[in-house]
Amino acid sequence: MIRFATLFDAIDRTTKTNEKLAALVQYFGHSSHADAAWAAYFLCGYKLRQLVPTKLLRIWAAEEANIPSWLFEESYHSVGDLAETLTLIVPPGEMLDDLSLSHWVEQRLMPLRTMEEADQRNAVIAIWQQSPMQVRLVILKLITGAFRVGVSKSIVTRAIAEHAGVSSDVISHRLMGVWKPTASFFEDLISKEVQDTIVSQPFPFCLAHPIDHELGPESIGPAKDFAAEWKWDGIRGQVIRRNEQVFIWSRGEDLMENRWPEIESAAQLLPNGTVLDGEILASLGENQVLPFAKLQKRIGRKTVSNKLLKEVPVVFQAFDLLQDAGEDIRSRPYSERRLRLDRLLSTIDHPSLERTQLLLGTTWDEWAKIRDRSRETNAEGLMLKRLDASYEVGRVRGVWWKWKVSPYTIDAVLIYAQKGHGKRSGLYTDYTFALWEGETLVPFAKAYSGLDDSEIKDVDKFVRQNTRESFGPVRSVAPALVMEIAFEGLQRSPRHKSGIATRFPRIVRWRHDKKPEDANTLAELMDLLPSIE
Amino acid sequence: MNNFLEYTSQGLYCIPGDFHIDPHSQVERAVVTHAHSDHAPWGCHKYLAAKPCEQLLRLRMSPEAEFRFIPYGEALSVGGVRVSFHPAGHILGSAQIRLEYQGQVGLITGDYKFGTDPTCEAWHPVRCHWMISESTFGLPIYRWPSQESVFQSINKWWQESRDEGNCCLLYGYAIGKSQRLLAGLDPTIGKIYCHGAVEKGNEAYRRTGIALPETTYVGSVTGKHDWRGAMVVAVPSVHGTPWVKKFGRCSTAMASGWMAVRGARRRRSVDRGFVLSDHVDWPSLLTAIDACNPETVWLTHGYTASVARYLVEQRRDARVLDSRGRSEVDQDAADEDASNERTNDSIDPFSGEAKTP
Repeated sequence: MIRFATLFDAIDRTTKTNEKLAALVQYFGHSSHADAAWAAYFLCGYKLRQLVPTKLLRIWAAEEANIPSWLFEESYHSVGDLAETLTLIVPPGEMLDDLSLSHWVEQRLMPLRTMEEADQRNAVIAIWQQSPMQVRLVILKLITGAFRVGVSKSIVTRAIAEHAGVSSDVISHRLMGVWKPTASFFEDLISKEVQDTIVSQPFPFCLAHPIDHELGPESIGPAKDFAAEWKWDGIRGQVIRRNEQVFIWSRGEDLMENRWPEIESAAQLLPNGTVLDGEILASLGENQVLPFAKLQKRIGRKTVSNKLLKEVPVVFQAFDLLQDAGEDIRSRPYSERRLRLDRLLSTIDHPSLERTQLLLGTTWDEWAKIRDRSRETNAEGLMLKRLDASYEVGRVRGVWWKWKVSPYTIDAVLIYAQKGHGKRSGLYTDYTFALWEGETLVPFAKAYSGLDDSEIKDVDKFVRQNTRESFGPVRSVAPALVMEIAFEGLQRSPRHKSGIATRFPRIVRWRHDKKPEDANTLAELMDLLPSIE
Repeated sequence: MNNFLEYTSQGLYCIPGDFHIDPHSQVERAVVTHAHSDHAPWGCHKYLAAKPCEQLLRLRMSPEAEFRFIPYGEALSVGGVRVSFHPAGHILGSAQIRLEYQGQVGLITGDYKFGTDPTCEAWHPVRCHWMISESTFGLPIYRWPSQESVFQSINKWWQESRDEGNCCLLYGYAIGKSQRLLAGLDPTIGKIYCHGAVEKGNEAYRRTGIALPETTYVGSVTGKHDWRGAMVVAVPSVHGTPWVKKFGRCSTAMASGWMAVRGARRRRSVDRGFVLSDHVDWPSLLTAIDACNPETVWLTHGYTASVARYLVEQRRDARVLDSRGRSEVDQDAADEDASNERTNDSIDPFSGEAKTP
């Protein structure tokens, strides 16, 4: 466990990928397969289901620290991280033995979930007594399910690949989908032998880079090297047809079962050994895509009622073919894969399985004109794909590009502030913005990002000096600061005070030149609502 | 506050003695706990402080000012008030100020800490009727690790960086923290260099008779120099400025009590954060108050309201003195603001060292 905590520390304190990679490779090189499997599991972002209710952890920590619960809460607001507060607040313990990561997880942590409360309490207190700070933080992050450290799955993948001497594309593929963190899984993961594909296993997704708005599309090369299609705002997914079975995966590597019955039934028509990449969209068919808000009604529903099926029909718009008649064709150029996709899907007739439409054009100017119409079709802009490129793993530069339309922007007044978390703990960084409706300011969006460090410091100071009221951790401040807020889309929402919900709101710039009365009105926001709702 | 002390816009004022204690701005007569700029402002006419504070205070203040220094424990009568200084353990010459008037004993702790520090005399308790205590780190999340273990980590970091061919840049406030760091460094690992502001502090410490390892002023090194394996002790404000470029490949670290919290550590964007504070942590604060056992405690700096509420629940009479109280961020920001332009060795070194209101 000390080694895993040291690894966490080593990753946490550097921003350099090479140092993180070196620490990971070293860890995997010196760990048992069982430990390595658990480490990979946590580092890839998987969590244990909640082991102990956090409410109880707070109570026990306050008792151990001999402090009242209000002081625990004040400390928590100051630290901005629950596991860290639980670590710091209890006097440090002493590590009597150094059992392995897998032993800790399997013998000490997982059994917590099924214990009686009194036994849980004793076990947690024993953990506090037997852990110095560094180890304790990691253990409590595992217990609270908040284990996060600055590595991406792709860095973990590269580290395992380097340790195993196997290509990272292979490791990446083997890490897709659902797996159990066991010694035997890790043995298979790093094995140099070719393994049979697991029937349900998806391929790692190829991701797009944004085109720099300033530089424009000319910066990526001549238009003739690319194909263009609409960039829809839906759920990226892979549809797999193998062994008479159908699997639909989201980009977050969730296996989505029974959520999209229309797509499942369409996929039954595909020949075995087919993997499609595409987008799940709410659509009336024939490119009449509905706003994301409609699709949202179906997200998260484990089962779908007939009523909802009628109200929000979905389609799978395929844009790539990764496996064709059992053959992995990811290394073939896009132009060839697209032709094979067209050939395959032209034989299948189902309203819920479509292909993306390739947009006609040979110059950037022509595509720019088409792109200007994105909002009318509920698209976010265009996708540009290099004709001669293979299907890459992850966000590889130069292969796929997203050329989004400029976001909506509006000038709003900062009215509430709350302290942030993580690197921003202790600073007022989470803001609520409002627009005018007559003489009152109506809150319409929260934004957390967009300011640089020195601006954050200035706003933090402003908040401290201009607080009107405090509601728990939230402070209302004098309406004085105007900021330009950008967002990707908007929809009506009865749950919001303003009646409008915005998508991905963030701060573009601090409008020092504007006074609060110069901010926009709610009516002006309403005017931006899409014509097809 | 009571019959002989009041809290004014310029800070604490002793009525019968007609002097200010740790004033916020220029006053006629200042009795100061220590030489940091937020306790001893520039420009007062007269200063009274503890004897070991002399070199630091004279270095910082205008030579036109009048100074008087008295040894720890000795008393001086000012307008019928008996004034004496007692070690606070914060930095060299830091003192708690004891005031006795008409049978009432008051104690102003200034900044203070527990534990060993070879560069200054250790804190010891003073029984009193009322006490004004700092509470900069007055939350139970602040529990300092032992100084020995911190210096072990610092020296280990230096050794590893040296073996990797890196230069170490260790940040601490110019006066107090830096010299404490120097005293804990293992000079057998490599050569130690100091930023100008730190070096001036070193000289004052050495003149007072405090032993520090051999150091070299960075500015005295001319031409191309190989900095690999060296330890450079500097003020935090130079981090990320062109000044540090000359050292080539560096590993950077900050030594401060704030480094106990991961968010503060990450915000500094240094490679390492060492938890080393010259203030009392939560358990020491409670111990100190119990040891001095005052009838009333006033809290100043930091988490004053939380500490006061906690003490009241423990059946102590505790109050908040100071609504200027700084949070971590205020102090953090103040440290940086105070020393922003101080990237050049030749600029007055002493504004870069400590928190300023």
